[in-house]
Amino acid sequence: MVAHAEHIPHRSGLAAFIARWTLTTNHKEIGSLYLWFAFTMFFVGGAFAMGIRLELFMPGIQLVDPSFYNQLVTMHGLIMVFGAVMPAFVGLANWQIPLMIGAPDMALPRLNNFSFWILPFAFTMLLSSFFMEGGAPNFGWTFYAPLSTTYGPDSTDFFIFGVHMMGISSVLGSINVMVTIFNLRTPGMKLMEMPLFVWTWLITAFLLITAMPVLAGVVTMMLTDRHFGTSFFSADGGGDPLIFQHVFWFFGHPEVYIMILPGFGIASQIIPTFARKRLFGYNSMVYATVSIAFLSYIVWGHHMFAVGMPLWVEMTFMICTMLIAVPTGVKVFNWTATMWRGAMTFETPMLFAIAFVILFTIGGFSGLMLAIVPADFQYHDTYFVVAHFHYVLYPGAIFGTMAAVYYWLPKWSGHMYDERLGKIHFWTAVIAVNLTFFPMHFSGLAGMPRRIVDYSLQFADFNMVSSIGAGLLGLTQLFFLYIVIKTIRGGEPATDKVWESAEGLEWTIPSPAPLHTFETPPAWPIANVGEHQEDSV
Amino acid sequence: MNRTPNNNKIYRSAWLLGVLAIGMFGFAYGLVPLYEVFCEVTGLNGKTAETAAEMVETTLDSGREVKVQFLGRVGNGMPWEFRPSTHEFDVTVGQANVTEFYARNRSARTVVGQAVPSVSPGLAAEHLKKVECFCFTQQTLEAGEETYMPVKFYVSDDLPAHVRTITLSYTMFKVSQPEPTSSTNHLASLVGMSP
Repeated sequence: MVAHAEHIPHRSGLAAFIARWTLTTNHKEIGSLYLWFAFTMFFVGGAFAMGIRLELFMPGIQLVDPSFYNQLVTMHGLIMVFGAVMPAFVGLANWQIPLMIGAPDMALPRLNNFSFWILPFAFTMLLSSFFMEGGAPNFGWTFYAPLSTTYGPDSTDFFIFGVHMMGISSVLGSINVMVTIFNLRTPGMKLMEMPLFVWTWLITAFLLITAMPVLAGVVTMMLTDRHFGTSFFSADGGGDPLIFQHVFWFFGHPEVYIMILPGFGIASQIIPTFARKRLFGYNSMVYATVSIAFLSYIVWGHHMFAVGMPLWVEMTFMICTMLIAVPTGVKVFNWTATMWRGAMTFETPMLFAIAFVILFTIGGFSGLMLAIVPADFQYHDTYFVVAHFHYVLYPGAIFGTMAAVYYWLPKWSGHMYDERLGKIHFWTAVIAVNLTFFPMHFSGLAGMPRRIVDYSLQFADFNMVSSIGAGLLGLTQLFFLYIVIKTIRGGEPATDKVWESAEGLEWTIPSPAPLHTFETPPAWPIANVGEHQEDSV
Repeated sequence: MNRTPNNNKIYRSAWLLGVLAIGMFGFAYGLVPLYEVFCEVTGLNGKTAETAAEMVETTLDSGREVKVQFLGRVGNGMPWEFRPSTHEFDVTVGQANVTEFYARNRSARTVVGQAVPSVSPGLAAEHLKKVECFCFTQQTLEAGEETYMPVKFYVSDDLPAHVRTITLSYTMFKVSQPEPTSSTNHLASLVGMSP
């Protein structure tokens, strides 16, 4: 994605290539590294998903034995959450935040290099557990004790240290993002003038800094429980397995928003561009994001309704959870109001952004259903939950990332992507996503439990549809890979502004973005913003 | 790179955020005792009093009956057989009841055990008053020895009206070293995992 290497002298061929990419402290190159890493992990996690869906194509145990199936489910979750979605967002942050606030680079460039290069080692360690005696971790990505402590395979320790490393990577990356945003904005840019992608990432970074150490804490407790005679999660020694769930979900729920807030930011950048109107309700968007982040810390109990909490505790968690629908509703309303009477065009990024709004809202609604305590007793641990979180993660986090890639790739590579191929990708992806995940609502409501290798006959049709959809979905993403590579290697040259109504500092620099930008801070507000239409809502 | 003017500011804010991250790591550990304290204050975890309650016979016979169920299980590596002699019976609120738990050491060695009670629903725990209980002290059984251990309890009459059934469950843990003062079930000193 980045073209010029002329600043690294005197090395030849492969050595130069390796030195350039391992030693780089440039935010654009590190951003590309993050994005390619996430893309690779997306296909690794996707391959596991294909294994799962192939096995579930028909009732009965055909392809994999149950223990390996559990390993696939566990690794699919871990890889997608920590390997694909989070690094993809960090990659976008690396590329875009300095460009959007007029900074020459991230505030701590060498730390930035370190944060990235931890990741390949963390995931090599995690994935190597497949080849160990006893197999990979098999307790689900939530690794509840005592499954992961007393009964975990030996490779659990590799998982623990892998989580430590990716946690360190995320925390350092987030510190970098926050420090950059606080210190390197171009003179004159106030916090409430920052693009929303920057705002949502600022809040995401705060969530990461406060939530990831809790995850590190919980896996450390697991480690000492397993090997050093502590009993945090073992009743035999005075601990309590439920404490695991409380501490884990204290991290886990903010984590959910870590995986969606940057997507909110992306939609808030793209929709105004293609609706040719200013974003409706900028201030309320910021406040809504802050309140979602705050609420994310006081709702963890809704993952644990079935563990036997007293009624008033369940009610408290239920009401707090439902409160989240208010700021989220504000956001969806604002996006819709931005499109209202706009001069809309439907280029690929806009299509993905609109699908994001609609499909994420469906996921939000099933989330509300799950928040209702008595209803949750029926839905708990069924495919309904699987349908819910895939609806918020796939059309939310993944479509958000894809929208961002289509939106900014011309700026990064200097070439326009092929609009026709982009539209084909979008329509097959949106059909395949619904084909895969919508039937899971029904199988879940009918009582199909999650994380099982085999199922009763009455769920056969739903599962076959899901599996066909999943196969199609996998193919569309290979097609996406083809589109990205094709765009990087050539295509119609992109203009500096790329999109007719795009606003923001990143569109004032040439396409492709030169390796070094904004070495002197740009003027703010951007001159001749007035040529863009005054708008009217 | 034009960040010379505010380099110190950058490093200061980076360190501050780093300290915040380390603080949150500590907070994760803090959550464990916080959770214990929270449960103790609110009585959520079904933990019963660790010392004997005084018997307060109410003169009024409310005639209200609740079903009390008993469970007995052993912790990891505990070589005892342990079960209630009666699984459930109805008790009149406010009146004293006695039941027994059976224990037998199936191993060839002397084993010290400590029973830890738990009550479900959790909010009923403070209303189930144990006047006498084997769980207040450690139990020692010689190889092959068996015993019946009594529990004397009553259900106080301020039990919430919606509670119809109370389950009293004991887990018998193995204590590797007998405690010098065997008056509390101070769990931190128990290590039940070694054989």
